[in-house]
Amino acid sequence: MSLTDTVQGRHIPDQLRSTLDRRLKSWESLLLLVAIGIFVVNSFASPYFLNAWNLSDATFNFTEKAMIAFAMALLIISGEIDLSVASIIALVSTAMGLVMEAGLGTPVIVLTGLLTGLVCGAFNGLLVTRLGLPSIVVTIGTMSLFRGISYIILGDGAFRGYPADFAWFGQGYVFWVISVELVIFAILAVIYGVILHKTNFGRMVYAVGNNPTGALFSGIRVERVKLTLFLLTGLMSGLAAVCLTSRLGSTRPSIATGMELEVVTMVVLGGVNILGGSGSIPGVVIAAFVMGLVTFGLGLLNVPGIVMSIFIGLLLIGVIALPRLWAMSRKGR
Amino acid sequence: MKLTKLLATVAAATGLFAGSASAEDMRIALVVKALGIGFFEAAAKGAEEAADELGGVEIIYTGPTDTTAEGQIEVINSLIAQNVDAIAVSSNDTDALVPTLKKAMQRGITVVSWDSGVAEEGRMAHLNPSSNPLIGNMIIKLAADHLPDGGDVAVLSATTTSTNQNTWIEEMNKVMGDYPGINVVATVYGDDLADKSYREAQGLMQSYPDLDAIIAPTSVGIVAAAQAVADAGKVGEVNVTGLGLPSEMAGAIQSGASKSFAIWNPIDLGYSATMMAYQIAKGAEAAPGAEISIGRMGTITLDDTNSAAMADPFVYDSSNIDEFKSIF
Repeated sequence: MSLTDTVQGRHIPDQLRSTLDRRLKSWESLLLLVAIGIFVVNSFASPYFLNAWNLSDATFNFTEKAMIAFAMALLIISGEIDLSVASIIALVSTAMGLVMEAGLGTPVIVLTGLLTGLVCGAFNGLLVTRLGLPSIVVTIGTMSLFRGISYIILGDGAFRGYPADFAWFGQGYVFWVISVELVIFAILAVIYGVILHKTNFGRMVYAVGNNPTGALFSGIRVERVKLTLFLLTGLMSGLAAVCLTSRLGSTRPSIATGMELEVVTMVVLGGVNILGGSGSIPGVVIAAFVMGLVTFGLGLLNVPGIVMSIFIGLLLIGVIALPRLWAMSRKGR
Repeated sequence: MKLTKLLATVAAATGLFAGSASAEDMRIALVVKALGIGFFEAAAKGAEEAADELGGVEIIYTGPTDTTAEGQIEVINSLIAQNVDAIAVSSNDTDALVPTLKKAMQRGITVVSWDSGVAEEGRMAHLNPSSNPLIGNMIIKLAADHLPDGGDVAVLSATTTSTNQNTWIEEMNKVMGDYPGINVVATVYGDDLADKSYREAQGLMQSYPDLDAIIAPTSVGIVAAAQAVADAGKVGEVNVTGLGLPSEMAGAIQSGASKSFAIWNPIDLGYSATMMAYQIAKGAEAAPGAEISIGRMGTITLDDTNSAAMADPFVYDSSNIDEFKSIF
């Protein structure tokens, strides 16, 4: 049925026409069920969970990571990866600190941050696309490089004394409990959702990830698509750095250590195939909430962080393994 | 007799249930740099001791997995959400925790820092393990205690520009009058390098054959000096002392190259931080000049920056080294 539709409409969908049955079995609905389950369990487990301000505080556990995760999702779908994002945050934050020390105001600080992120993304992207190097190797290298530069500039020191209005990004609220970061997160979710699922560019990203050679012969400028995605990832890391620096009110070279793995976890948990070719933005959005709710809920019960990371690890493996186990059991029947 | 035993058991069980059913009056969170570090596990033990002594206090011992400011902020956010009564934090970042801790204080939570402090606007009071005058006095006292008839001592410091060591030596010189018969014959610098400290210690023993003690107020220097003394066969003649870590000094204490040395005691630190947080949460004033009672550790006085020093550095010798060498 769906086949004839597509032929008549000369319209190739990025996914098959969804039936109720298929929708129920989709990754996103499975993840949504997990999210709802966690929400309910948390509400019963802790009397402090269902409180608007507490939930608002909890969103900071994932908003900055999710900003990067959106761009990272596109990058991974296209078959590449960027492991240097946390180090880009360190370098961006340091660059903003230098500008702040020079006495420039918030607009210049933010602009510097975004530009530095873009430059880092361009550096990664050019090495991958122009020299044809594998992105995992390039970005493991730049992971040390970018943070190394910040360590050279700052040593064991810190930049502090950001202007008061700079605090708006990470500590401000748009209205009531809705923080600025949450609004940025929501806007980006829509933008990336539209880019990936409603534009030609989004279609190209899938094509590049599924079959780069085929995409090339179909007239897609594969390298340009990839370079654009690296630039976007750099830009998003820059934006996340603005928010995080603003929230912390200071810069140290150890800022955001280890965040790259949490971002990749979020993307994979969101149903993006780590080998490229498939995935969706709604999945990443739900994954962001799942990770935020799990860490916050366990935090309320004062579960130690070590146990928490075990939990996230099990969740990741569980959510990935379940559908496959299910498929295997059906085949076996 | 069997019956009485049974009754006693039932009574104990009832008591237990009653105890767990009644909510604790106060919840104090001890937030550390990262979980799984011996020093902080020991501090948590001290905090529990304080809670037992105070009664009606629940200790929430928590911290991030890695020593990051972001991790501590997540932990503190969840503590704010739980509306704990007090947060006592050893911070990973002097500045980055300030906005979050300010939020905690706005919501009526008592916030103190200990060990590794946060900027003044982010906490009500800070507890240092010790103070410069106390350390300066302690290092000379350690040497003098084993020299009842007086003697010659030398100082093996870090670098000539090390602020901490210079301050402590200066403070030591101020109290030399209290230790008659003790002469400081030389001060040398090992630059906090193991090999240079070792050579400087050798040089001291050659230049001053009658040397009785080497004071090294640095954890690198004290280990190197003890090694130099042992290698020169002068164990028993030259006593090495100063500031060091129990894990690194256990060998020197065993061989006798060092009779004793000092450093903070993490158990006391966790105990005192909990006591301080409790007192301030109960309404004790946290202002310059204020005195706060910290149980068995006595009373502390807050200075201009609302910081206080806990006590003399704790002395480690053959009697307690085995207990602490596995801790830090």
